[in-house]
Amino acid sequence: MTFGILQFPGSCDDRDALLACRRVAEARLVWHADVELGDVDVVVVPGGFSYGDYLRAGAIARFAPAMEAVARHAEAGGLVLGICNGFQVLCEAGLLPGALLPNDPLRFVCRQVEVVVENAETAFTRGTRLGQRLSIPVKHQSGRYFAPPEQLSELEARGGTVLRYAPGHNPNGSAHEIAGIVSERGNVMGLMPHPEHAVDPLTGSEGGLAIFNSLAASVTRRERSPLSA
Amino acid sequence: MKAKILIRPKQGILDPQGKAIERALPALGFEGVSGIRVGRLVELEAASTDRLAELCEKLLANPLIEDYEIELENGG
Repeated sequence: MTFGILQFPGSCDDRDALLACRRVAEARLVWHADVELGDVDVVVVPGGFSYGDYLRAGAIARFAPAMEAVARHAEAGGLVLGICNGFQVLCEAGLLPGALLPNDPLRFVCRQVEVVVENAETAFTRGTRLGQRLSIPVKHQSGRYFAPPEQLSELEARGGTVLRYAPGHNPNGSAHEIAGIVSERGNVMGLMPHPEHAVDPLTGSEGGLAIFNSLAASVTRRERSPLSA
Repeated sequence: MKAKILIRPKQGILDPQGKAIERALPALGFEGVSGIRVGRLVELEAASTDRLAELCEKLLANPLIEDYEIELENGG
């Protein structure tokens, strides 16, 4: 199986994501101007400051040719993981509900946080346990998850909140302490913490590895039985 | 046709930028200023105004979190 990591002008976590994915499968970069994803099974929209994050974080990146390919991939049920700026891009593109607002307080946060697995049944978390705590760093300026009350209730009711900041760890004022969500069909996930920076104890923690392992396992499982998610 | 598009955070959405400015004011000797909210002003020239609203909805504003107003110049 192959991971494809998008690379926008201004991406800065694309290579860490590439290295993280290569721990569990094949992986290659996909240039933002590419109109096809080729043999990619899982798309990773990485962190950074795509197109300078002008206007709003992720607002311009959503119009990149590669994002049209990502939308088609998602439409066809393909797996998409958006990390940090990637999460912002997926929300702007309408592939995930809600939006990411400037942190409260208005400060760039860069620290290790703990997140709790709230749904271990997704393609992104099947290698984790419900309630498991993962230690993963965050580093962002606009990570405050927001959705109107009715969308939030709908999200929670369908188990769409996959990761929640552990008590006392919400770094940005996110609604319902939300750190990561999954789309209604379960094939698109966005999260603010950076699992790709947490795949080796040498650099702090390996709490993020479970997400890449889960994705690799999910694709292998789909290949064996195409009808099951 | 020249147009000004004013984009602001929706009512009820916390605006930390406004709050930060508000907190800085007393140190500069400005008292009694509150309710600061920071938006964005986009000036543009368009051959036609037909699709300005669509332009706002799709790119300039995120309708989930922002309101926008289009102001046409030249009495348009």
